[in-house]
Amino acid sequence: MDPLYREYILDHYKNPRNFGDLPQPDAEFEDRNPLCGDEMGVQIKLEGDRISDLRFHGQGCAISQATASIISDELKGKTVAEVAELDRRFIAEEIGIELSPTRLKCGLLSLKVVQGALLGTDEWPSGTPDEDPDAADVARLRNEI
Amino acid sequence: MEAATAQVALEGVRTDFPILAREVEGRSIAYLDSAATAQKPAAVIEAISSYYRNSNANVHRSMHVLAAEAEALYEGGRLKVAELVGARAGEIVLVRNATEAINLVRFTWARENVGPGDTVLITAMEHHSNIVPWQLLCAEQGARLEYLEVDGQGRLDLTDLDERLAGGVKLVALTHVSNVLGTINPVAEVAERAHAAGVRVLVDGAQAVPQFPVDVGATGADFYAFTGHKMYGPTGIGVLWGKRELLDEMPPFLGGGSMIKAVEDDHSTWAAVPAKFEAGTPAIAESAGLGAAADFMTGLGMEAVRAHERELTAYALERISAVSGVTVYGPADAAERGALVSFTVEGIHPHDLAELSNREGVAIRAGHHCAQPLMRRLGVPATARASFAVYNTTDEVDRLVDAVESAKSIFGA
Repeated sequence: MDPLYREYILDHYKNPRNFGDLPQPDAEFEDRNPLCGDEMGVQIKLEGDRISDLRFHGQGCAISQATASIISDELKGKTVAEVAELDRRFIAEEIGIELSPTRLKCGLLSLKVVQGALLGTDEWPSGTPDEDPDAADVARLRNEI
Repeated sequence: MEAATAQVALEGVRTDFPILAREVEGRSIAYLDSAATAQKPAAVIEAISSYYRNSNANVHRSMHVLAAEAEALYEGGRLKVAELVGARAGEIVLVRNATEAINLVRFTWARENVGPGDTVLITAMEHHSNIVPWQLLCAEQGARLEYLEVDGQGRLDLTDLDERLAGGVKLVALTHVSNVLGTINPVAEVAERAHAAGVRVLVDGAQAVPQFPVDVGATGADFYAFTGHKMYGPTGIGVLWGKRELLDEMPPFLGGGSMIKAVEDDHSTWAAVPAKFEAGTPAIAESAGLGAAADFMTGLGMEAVRAHERELTAYALERISAVSGVTVYGPADAAERGALVSFTVEGIHPHDLAELSNREGVAIRAGHHCAQPLMRRLGVPATARASFAVYNTTDEVDRLVDAVESAKSIFGA
């Protein structure tokens, strides 16, 4: 069984949960991952500072789309402050695998748009390797070579 | 006969590439990403290493033996690559890559010849390296950027070319071979029609020079840009060929050492072409490597290279097209194509396909291939692309097809 393309991931990719439109959202945000061309948007309903409902929409690779589906139920009920604390570790726990540096942005795109909608930020979640990859990722890439 | 020639060329050639002995995921690597960068034959690696081991010195104006050897290696690279593309060495400007070659034209010739209200005409199948410099130029000069569109078979639509050329176009910039569609463009025809309208032509030959015989003069281009690393040479070196009379008239690009004749307190005069465009210590080791790459290609014979790659591309087109759910982009006939096949598979994102192919030791590329305007026109966010070089085999194409089938079964597609 492939560690990445497990039934769990493929099921969420083919039958994504909480995808579609949400009428009159309190917050929304869209972005893309230039590497894969993944596109992801989110619409969120709030009760006070808590997420009461949300819907993703977009297209892209299995990792980006499945991750959005997988985290969607987990995000309901979280406060804005709690969402602000989420990072790559949250994604790794949710999808049950540590993504390689080349696929990390695919996995983090859905969290990025949720944080974008609620926090008004255009930054990638903490721990995302970008032009300045952190030392752990560099070491890991070297080990892979 | 062509096929037999290709098989002979192929037989000896794999062992020239040390990296092909590597294993990935327990299998010998099937490297199908040469349109991104080609692997390097041992002779190229050795030429670079030998320069540093035996001959390292700066070029120009030194009397000692190392400097003379370094100069010979640097200028030797220029001479060999000139011979490969049918040019005179004095028309070959050594730069960092094809992108820098195009930007050189932007900052010199184009700034003096493209003004407010003028048009730069490019095509919808350009690599970003032949789009973004012209966007920047047009913004700077108050000029317009227009596109020649691509038809359903992946060919340029040239029906109204003459009318468009007559409307204030100063430069046509187009690729010789599309890095996504594989289309071989009729550059000589475009150049002839452009010249009839008094319009200059720049051709991006980054994909073409490694794949078939290119005579830069016969292309009709005024400028022809290509890069070392796609033609089995090192990274960090590329070529701008230009018509000598144009190069002579153009102002310098970067200022500094080596590009001057005399430096007064308040102004300078310029060295002759090509030195005028080569400020600073050049890429000496890389030029030695580029020369070795040109020797390698000349040794194989570019007709034989083309015959082998066309045969392989025809085989790949046939096998990949036969897989259900696959869409192949670009011309259907391998005779109209360079050595690559871009495709998508229904229900599987190209990045997932590339990752799963890697599990089988098959290296392909997935993404927008630095051609986002073309991706928009194709209506896809990305494609998978398999590209071929002299060392590839039909067996490797079979492994790719197996990997696609395997990905389909994992995805249930």
